[in-house]
Amino acid sequence: MAAQGTPKIELRGVKKRFGDKVVLDGVDLKIGAAESLVVIGGSGTGKSVMIKCVLGILRADEGKIFVDGEEVTRIGGRAREAMLKKFGMLFQGAALFDSLPVWENVAFGLIQGHGMNRRKAHDVAIEKLASVGLGPEVAMLSPSELSGGMQKRVGLARAIAADPQIIFFDEPTTGLDPIMADVINDLIVSTVKNLGVTTLSITHDMASARKISNRIAMLYKGKIIWDGPTADIDNSGNPYVDQFIHGRAVGPIKMEVRG
Amino acid sequence: MNILAPIGRVFLAFLAQTGALTRFMISAVTSCVRPPIYWGLIGQQMIRIGYFSLPVVGLTAFFTGGALALQIYVGSNRFGVESVVPNIVVLGITRELGPVIAGLMVAGRVAAAIAAEIGTMRVTEQIDALTTLSTNPIKYLVVPRLIAAVVTLPVLVIVADAIGVFGGYVVATESLGLNGPIYLKNTVDFVTHDDVISGVIKIAVFGFIIALLGCYNGFHSKGGAQGVGAATTYAVVSSSILILAANYFLTSILFGN
Ligand SMILES: Nc1ncnc2c1ncn2[C@@H]1O[C@H](COP(=O)(O)OP(=O)(O)OP(=O)(O)O)[C@@H](O)[C@H]1O
Ligand SMILES: [Mg+2]
Repeated sequence: MAAQGTPKIELRGVKKRFGDKVVLDGVDLKIGAAESLVVIGGSGTGKSVMIKCVLGILRADEGKIFVDGEEVTRIGGRAREAMLKKFGMLFQGAALFDSLPVWENVAFGLIQGHGMNRRKAHDVAIEKLASVGLGPEVAMLSPSELSGGMQKRVGLARAIAADPQIIFFDEPTTGLDPIMADVINDLIVSTVKNLGVTTLSITHDMASARKISNRIAMLYKGKIIWDGPTADIDNSGNPYVDQFIHGRAVGPIKMEVRG
Repeated sequence: MNILAPIGRVFLAFLAQTGALTRFMISAVTSCVRPPIYWGLIGQQMIRIGYFSLPVVGLTAFFTGGALALQIYVGSNRFGVESVVPNIVVLGITRELGPVIAGLMVAGRVAAAIAAEIGTMRVTEQIDALTTLSTNPIKYLVVPRLIAAVVTLPVLVIVADAIGVFGGYVVATESLGLNGPIYLKNTVDFVTHDDVISGVIKIAVFGFIIALLGCYNGFHSKGGAQGVGAATTYAVVSSSILILAANYFLTSILFGN
């Protein structure tokens, strides 16, 4: 199941609550180097919160988080900036800087984080935009002039721009048409293959999950309740996983719907 | 209904936030001297905060100077000492009204804009995105605004002083019938460096307050458009109150011997 050697990322008993609402209730998860893990789980189960805890955007209340074997749960300042240079992140809502043109959004990490000169960073940005299916004509536009799906792709280009070792994709294909979704799936797969990147993706799109992962974990009620190779997902023997991947309304998972 | 209740509420909320605000201030100020410094962003903010505030501050200064001349004329006329009009106008403008009015106008314009912009960045996760791109949001967002406000507002207040005095001059010569050249000579002879400098010191402090509270409220806004709206209101209200309070203390320090 888990890769040999030091895992790239490890969560041990991570807990996070907001007020008295417990979101993560002891998450244990290991991601090996060059592994592609997809986390599935219902809306509002805390998938986004989990990756924000790893990045230190949210602080875990309890538990430990390791990156490359080093504990990062409570680091701050320079040490955190250095750690974050290993990461690329696609936010669920894209989170593009609306004060900057598209190309500068993509080049931001290269210019600010890695000190690349602007002209060179511009060329890299154009190249990365092309890889997500966006032509150079969008480079000078402002993010607010793009459609939701285009914004998502710009966010994706920004996440991969600095060739990070670890990439988090929070719902990379949501809001894209089926063809573009598949282009993005292929892009994620090839990025992983070519660069040996470790990825952690969140998705509700099972077709995408099967394609971009070699392992799938399911988050339910604040815990990882199933974790196994993608090939085994149809024979998990876990009624929660079965219900989720087949999208049935009837089963052990009860949706909290308030009238 | 107790009309003091809303004021008390704002004041209590303000006290409750004092600890967090102090921490925010310390990290902002220490970040000002630690690299990287984003010079381009400082320049951009100087234009937005200082230059674009000129029209509104200039207009208010002009009318304030005019009204001041009118009032002082009415008062001094009773004792037949209309000649003090230019002296009191220039003193009032440079020491008090110039910095306070410019400070309040800029608080309305700039603190609101800063809080709305940074607040929107907060609720759309742009600030989190900055962090993940290894960029310190305090250095990238707060420091440029803080430096720009503290550096440009003193220039703005000197312009406001000149326009305010000019407003007084126009009213005194055009409608009160005072002699123009004598008015100007009295103004120039009477005003001292210290009067102007005191106003400059005041507005530098006000600029710090405006940028700090705009950024602080923006950074701590939560929950969508409504949260950003609330942050904007807090930024303007708290910076205005703090400006007037600081003005009192600065006046007593600078002129209290
Ligand atoms: N900053 C926050 N303050 C308070 N509550 C929060 C915060 N962030 C998330 N939550 C709560 O935590 C829970 C999990 O949120 P999260 O965004 O991780 O869900 P998710 O699994 O990513 O769902 P989705 O698939 O819809 O994106 C939600 O109930 C949400 O209300
Ligand atoms: Mg989410």
